[in-house]
Amino acid sequence: MEDDAPVIYGLEFQARALTPQTAETDAIRFLVGTQSLKYDNQIHIIDFDDENNIINKNVLLHQVGEIWHISTSPADKGVLATCYNRTSDSRVLTCAAVWRMPKELESGSHESPDDSSSTAQTLELLCHLDNTAHGNMACVVWEPMGDGKKVISLADNHILLWDLQESSSQAVLAGSASLEGKGQLRFTSGRWSPHHNCTQVATASDTTLRGWDTRSMSQVYCIENAHGQLVRDLDFNPNKQYYLASCGDDCKVKFWDTRNVTEPVKTLEEHSHWVWNVRYNHSHDQLVLTGSSDSRVILSNMVSISSEPFGHLVDDDDVSDQEDHQPEEKSKEPLQDNVIATYEEHEDSVYAVEWSSADPWLFASLSYDGRLVINRVPRALKYHILL
Amino acid sequence: MAAGPDHGSGPGDSPEGPEAEAPERRRKAHGMLKLYYGLSEGEAAGRPAGPDPLDPTDLNGAHFDPEVYLDKLRRECPLAQLMDSETDMVRQIRALDSDMQTLVYENYNKFISATDTIRKMKNDFRKMEDEMDRLATNMAVITDFSARISATLQDRHERITKLAGVHALLRKLQFLFELPSRLTKCVELGAYGQAVRYQGRAQAVLQQYQHLPSFRAIQDDCQVITARLVQQLRQRFREGGSGAPEQAECVELLLALGEPAEELCEEFLAHARGRLEEELRSLEAELGPSPPAPDVLEFTDHGGSGFVGGLCQVAAAYQELFAAQGPAGAEKLAAFARELGGRYFALVERRLAQEQGGGDNSLLVRALDRFHRRLRAPGALLAAAGLAEAATEIVERVARERLGHHLQGLRAAFLGCLTDVRQALAAPRLAGKEGPGLAELLANVASSILSHIKASLAAVHLFTAKEVSFSNKPYFRGEFCSQGVREGLIVGFIRSMCQTAQSFCDSPGEKGGATPPALLLLLSRLCLDYETATISYILTLTDEQFLVQDQSPVTPVSTLCAEARETARRLLTHYVKVQGLVISQMLRKSVETRDWLSTLEPRNVRAVMKRVVEDTTAIDVQVGLLYEEGVRKAQSSDSSKRTFSVYSSSRQQGRYAPSYTPSAPMDTNLLSNIQKLFSERIDVFSPVEFNKVSVLTGIIKISLKTLLECVRLRTFGRFGLQQVQVDCHFLQLYLWRFVADEELVHLLLDEVVASAALRCPDPVPMEPSVVEVICERG
Repeated sequence: MEDDAPVIYGLEFQARALTPQTAETDAIRFLVGTQSLKYDNQIHIIDFDDENNIINKNVLLHQVGEIWHISTSPADKGVLATCYNRTSDSRVLTCAAVWRMPKELESGSHESPDDSSSTAQTLELLCHLDNTAHGNMACVVWEPMGDGKKVISLADNHILLWDLQESSSQAVLAGSASLEGKGQLRFTSGRWSPHHNCTQVATASDTTLRGWDTRSMSQVYCIENAHGQLVRDLDFNPNKQYYLASCGDDCKVKFWDTRNVTEPVKTLEEHSHWVWNVRYNHSHDQLVLTGSSDSRVILSNMVSISSEPFGHLVDDDDVSDQEDHQPEEKSKEPLQDNVIATYEEHEDSVYAVEWSSADPWLFASLSYDGRLVINRVPRALKYHILL
Repeated sequence: MAAGPDHGSGPGDSPEGPEAEAPERRRKAHGMLKLYYGLSEGEAAGRPAGPDPLDPTDLNGAHFDPEVYLDKLRRECPLAQLMDSETDMVRQIRALDSDMQTLVYENYNKFISATDTIRKMKNDFRKMEDEMDRLATNMAVITDFSARISATLQDRHERITKLAGVHALLRKLQFLFELPSRLTKCVELGAYGQAVRYQGRAQAVLQQYQHLPSFRAIQDDCQVITARLVQQLRQRFREGGSGAPEQAECVELLLALGEPAEELCEEFLAHARGRLEEELRSLEAELGPSPPAPDVLEFTDHGGSGFVGGLCQVAAAYQELFAAQGPAGAEKLAAFARELGGRYFALVERRLAQEQGGGDNSLLVRALDRFHRRLRAPGALLAAAGLAEAATEIVERVARERLGHHLQGLRAAFLGCLTDVRQALAAPRLAGKEGPGLAELLANVASSILSHIKASLAAVHLFTAKEVSFSNKPYFRGEFCSQGVREGLIVGFIRSMCQTAQSFCDSPGEKGGATPPALLLLLSRLCLDYETATISYILTLTDEQFLVQDQSPVTPVSTLCAEARETARRLLTHYVKVQGLVISQMLRKSVETRDWLSTLEPRNVRAVMKRVVEDTTAIDVQVGLLYEEGVRKAQSSDSSKRTFSVYSSSRQQGRYAPSYTPSAPMDTNLLSNIQKLFSERIDVFSPVEFNKVSVLTGIIKISLKTLLECVRLRTFGRFGLQQVQVDCHFLQLYLWRFVADEELVHLLLDEVVASAALRCPDPVPMEPSVVEVICERG
């Protein structure tokens, strides 16, 4: 019943951007974008061989600038979008573009890791998301269930809906909305809700969470002062349509029911510094992953507000089978919300955590010093949830 | 006499015999006398060797045979002896003769005198006999006369007896005949008692002889009058104007007149109810909103004398009058008392409820005392109605409410103190001066709360004073002291104080900083003081004042202390967060709003850094007012600024020197990773200890970590990097003295500069000497 040791992969550069290959449901594959001001930036495609505990990587050059955000199309394995910094004339502008990776890398060719750096391939640019009128791009979000044709991008105080046409080679602005108000308002993060037929997007700006309807591009709800300080990230519960989680600089993770914007359903305060990332597990929404600049990744078990508050219904036969092997499991039956594990493999701030799209028990976390750590949910818990 | 010579014939036969036999003979004479007088021969003889009494040879024996004796003498004795015995016998015979003569003479004289006496007596008796005869005759005559007189008087006597009987009967009859008029007169005069007595006396006779027409008439008359009497009595009874005693009298009379007790008892109670309700109404009027309500003491006095007194009278009269009613009657009375008592209690409670807001406990306690005392009498009288218990319950309830009120009061006082502190904290800032120091404010708050607590304790203590009638009830001896005062009031207050204080920690408006940080600091110190001393002091005080006899479990001091300590810790941690946030926001704004790519070559330390140092110093002073210094790592406490700065700048140089050699991008990471391997992980929002250094360390850690994260989000030009370098060096110069471990400041600032260097496409650091010059100039 020993848990497998975490697998660590080191990048040469600083890195903030991490995403699973969303369209891939068989192989465990993550994409990491690097941040370097002095060298050509790279996108590392990281294949994890679960059986042999081996990492295979492929490197794509991303020469236009350092990558701040990366996301992959839910429909096409080869298509991805990045937000990157372009420095020109002592000005920094964050742009966004949609790319296609070389065909042979889409499903992970198994090259030997040694010669990969020498044979770095480049990305094929599909289109730019033109933001000259809107300012810096904070992130690009794909419509989660769709055919990979719709994308939302957040640029300063604008929320832009794009239609990708002609096999993504052309991006047409389909709608936009902007945040009005005093001061310099900027979106920090956004997520597309998988519920309501994918018509809702939630964004974070300063301390406020907002929900938007993509059909009318108008605000649906607004959680003022969701966090004491800046909200860094949010995520939708994949199984409960009104639930979302948010995290921020007040070190807290809050869980909201968007029908009640005055009070969070639950608040976690486990991190000792800003929480940069929060992610629900795609299948078992009681598993919540958070990454923080205190260099820790915390996996929490939020049973009480999950879609499976009492665990799976277990047949009596199974229970009796189970008892032979794990009698102590029975006593734990009504699980409490708790921290399952704190992962301390990182030495620097963790800016991104992601669940694998292929294996619901596996996740990756990325720290600023370029260290990517792949971890698994503890087996005991896994079996407890499954059985 | 003839015997002598007869006997003496012997000596003739044996001359020596009398001489020898003289003592024997005398003895024989004695023996015969003795025999005569009933003494036993043997004893009188007293012969030592008693010879056989049947011995025929014994001279003195009864069976003496002279022939045998002589034969024996002749046969046995020699002559001389015979001679001797003969002389002896002669001498004895002579002596005997003289003795006998003497005796005869003596007896003869006596006989003569006796004969004389008898003769005299004979004469006397004869005379007496005559007189007796006469007497007997006289007596017979008397008897005869007496019998004749009796016979004569017999007839008269009977007549007299008869006459006496007739007389008595006539008297009775007269009474009967006069009865109607008497009764009328009595009724007219209002002497109802008399009338009822007459009626009672005549009733039976009239009843018995009602078949006689004359009696019947009388009876009818009487009945009419009695009916009138009853009517009048009822009338009087109903009017009820007169007091309870008269009414009781009426009822008594009516009862005597054989009115149905059931009905009377109903009516009696109905009347009593009317009167008591009157009392209640007047009490209610006092309660009413329009007239100025009298104070509660007056109210309970009125209630006590009016209602409770009335109730007592009614109850006493009822029990006396209707004792015959048995348990059913008692039950009726109890129900009556219960109902009215309930209404009275309701009124009293309403009045007491008005009093709840008031502050004067002593008045209330006195009022309650009177109330309770007054109700003891009817309580004893009417145990079934449960009035005393109900009264005790009310008193208990009021006491409980009072405790609640005091708890509220204490809470309000605490909140008031907090408001004062807020104002005091806000005011001096406007004046631009320090105003009253935090320590002073803390002392004010602490003493004010303590005095409030003491006042409350004193006020509540009145409930248990010895002279108060309800203080020895079990509730006031046990539960009131332990659960009410100690747990409910004191522990409850301390808990609520901690909660109030804690609520400042997680108030939703943490961004705006609705709570002034100084208040957090002050509250934290207050809670800590409570933990160290005040709680145990207050509880000891309470336990002493209220000798808790109850054994129910109470919150131990240690639990409360732990709670207070936890509160203090949370408040202090929150203080650190808030202050850290303030400085963080400054730093963050300064990093985010600046265009770091096109900045000019640094000439000065940026103003915001100076501001940070100033604020940190101010915080240091503020915390220093309330918290002790704490320990820092000794290693470089005496290191001067200069050596420190030299050390740090040389270190910095070494740290990111390789990063400007473009050929070795890996080394930067490698170096920083190796660096991190050897440095400890910095827990940014780590728990705070109760001392100044720890607090300041916490604040600085938070601030610098923010700086680091902000720097990482920006891109720097060459001069931007140099500006960061200058700023960090400046911070290093001034911040190390505040923290426990200056290594921490080094590490964080190094990290900031290193991150800035990484975020710079053209990293050319400034010469350390130039940095120092700029910093010292700033």
